[in-house]
Amino acid sequence: MSDDDLVGIAPGDQTAGGDEGRAGGALVDLLLGGGDPAAAAGYAQHPPRMGFFTDTSLCIGCKACEVACKEWNEVPEDGLRWAGRSHDNSGGLGADTWRHVAFIEQRVPVEGAGANFRRRAGVAPRADEDPVADEEGFRWLMASDVCKHCTHAACLDVCPTGAIFRTEFGTVVVQQDVCNGCGYCVPACPYGVLDKREGDGRIFKCTLCYDRLGAGLEPACAKACPTDSIQFGELEELRERAAGRVEQLHERGIVDARLYGHDPGDGVGGDGAFFLLLDEPEVYGLPPDPVVTTRELPAMWRNVALAASALLAGAAAAFAGARR
Amino acid sequence: MSTEGSRAGGGAQASVDPHGGTGDRGRRRARERPEPAESYYGRPIINPPVWAERDIAGYLFAGGLAAGSSVLAAGAELTGRARLARACKLGASGALAVSLTALVHDLGRPERFLNMLRVFKPSSPMNMGSWLLAVYGPLNAAASASDVLGVAPRAGRAAAVAAALSGSGISSYTAALIADTAVPAWHEGHRELPFVFAGSAAAAGAGLGMLAAPVSECAPARTIALAGALAELGCERLLERRLGPVAETLRQGSAGRRMRRARALTAAGALGSATLARVSRTAAALSGLALLAGSAYTRFGIFAAGVASAEDPRYTVAPQRMRLESRG
Repeated sequence: MSDDDLVGIAPGDQTAGGDEGRAGGALVDLLLGGGDPAAAAGYAQHPPRMGFFTDTSLCIGCKACEVACKEWNEVPEDGLRWAGRSHDNSGGLGADTWRHVAFIEQRVPVEGAGANFRRRAGVAPRADEDPVADEEGFRWLMASDVCKHCTHAACLDVCPTGAIFRTEFGTVVVQQDVCNGCGYCVPACPYGVLDKREGDGRIFKCTLCYDRLGAGLEPACAKACPTDSIQFGELEELRERAAGRVEQLHERGIVDARLYGHDPGDGVGGDGAFFLLLDEPEVYGLPPDPVVTTRELPAMWRNVALAASALLAGAAAAFAGARR
Repeated sequence: MSTEGSRAGGGAQASVDPHGGTGDRGRRRARERPEPAESYYGRPIINPPVWAERDIAGYLFAGGLAAGSSVLAAGAELTGRARLARACKLGASGALAVSLTALVHDLGRPERFLNMLRVFKPSSPMNMGSWLLAVYGPLNAAASASDVLGVAPRAGRAAAVAAALSGSGISSYTAALIADTAVPAWHEGHRELPFVFAGSAAAAGAGLGMLAAPVSECAPARTIALAGALAELGCERLLERRLGPVAETLRQGSAGRRMRRARALTAAGALGSATLARVSRTAAALSGLALLAGSAYTRFGIFAAGVASAEDPRYTVAPQRMRLESRG
């Protein structure tokens, strides 16, 4: 792939000068199905929406993102035990793991490998070779997971204190001086991103390095990623780049390559942090069809009102009908 | 590190091709990937609730009990059933005190409980519930204080009626509270849960009335107990039908045990309310106790089913896969 489009991401330029051509941007985004959560949150003037494109086909599982994230954000140590699951030692996203590198081991057929290759070349298989096993190859899927910074974020919707808010960059951040640790956002998130920090009581998650963005820097994980598996930039531009990358991989015969979370028409209105995957989402521990739970909330409130009214009406009838 | 071990444990080979498995990838999977469920080492996809069961399932019950009691208290107040009214007002106040204590106790930062009222946010059932409790609590306390101290009876009566109106919301909003999450057994049941909870609240409140007030005043309480219990049982059936494969979380493990006890106790309480509780104070008290216990088991059972459905990735993945396939 071309390296040209991966270098020279300079968020400072984008945050400083990105507004000029976007006078009609909010309207266009609305017409296109809501790509501008910052405008929806009330920012009259704001920088373009920033996000991550995590291309897992480039991930080498080095965990530099996990380390850089912990270092920059002062996320405490939360156990250095091997999970007994390949090279995964952080398990999953939570209060103290804002980037999580998944390791998936799979046996896949590899044409022309091992005994099969020798047979085709007219060479007898070696005696110690299992001809069946040798037709298989082994592949390692590695993927760095992170908060998706949803267009329609359930955590933000359900937060009862307003501690979770939408930034001018379209990202979702928890204000630690407001959060009272009610825990509502934890099961509300369809991706299992947020969690309560033991011993602290509050909820923590990826901020997409809000502090660094404000200073014109890219997030620590993207900065540290040695293969540009984690790419940071304007979401619009990342989506275009990702579409090109999938096309490129398909041309190379990697037909399982697919984008995840890139579609503004999905159940969360598209993710601010989306992915290129090489297998089904659930293989990576991602939900195949996530939906923001509050999409059904108007119907819930209707039934809540109906049920409460039925209780009152039923009780009134019981008292009216009872003889002394 | 064991390749074989992770092959089995990871389930990465277990993919089922949702599109019927055509082409090379489909053939490969048909041959090598027989297991149906797929996940990342069996880990949950969503993060399960961090709510303590005693606090939050306890609140679902105690809040419902308070709500049901307040509705009964207002009816008793307006129809001159003084002892039923007082029992229900005091019961509601006690249940409310337990509720508020549990809610604050469950916070990671209890000293910040007032942050719940720094915004008004209809997209958050917990925020709306906090405002509802902020209105309902003082009304309830005023109604109780007026009754016990014998002061300002007209204001006390108005407070009791207002407490019933706001309390009815407490009876069902807790359904939206838990359904407005990604927890499969709760979210998928968002249509039925408000009615299960309102019925459960009515049965619990009426059960308290039958337990604490004389038979002569309790005719409406018995009617409400019967209707509430039938609503609770019937709507829970509808809930299980709605949940499809996720409904097994309501039938297995501790949730299953609780739901079976809930059904038995609620049915027994309903039967008692319709028969012996009309003549015998003892039977009325036993029926009331059964209804209270049945309501508690329902809330703790539904809470446990939700946690179980969140902890197993199959319950998150399977309904979403079905949805994707039905969309084509």
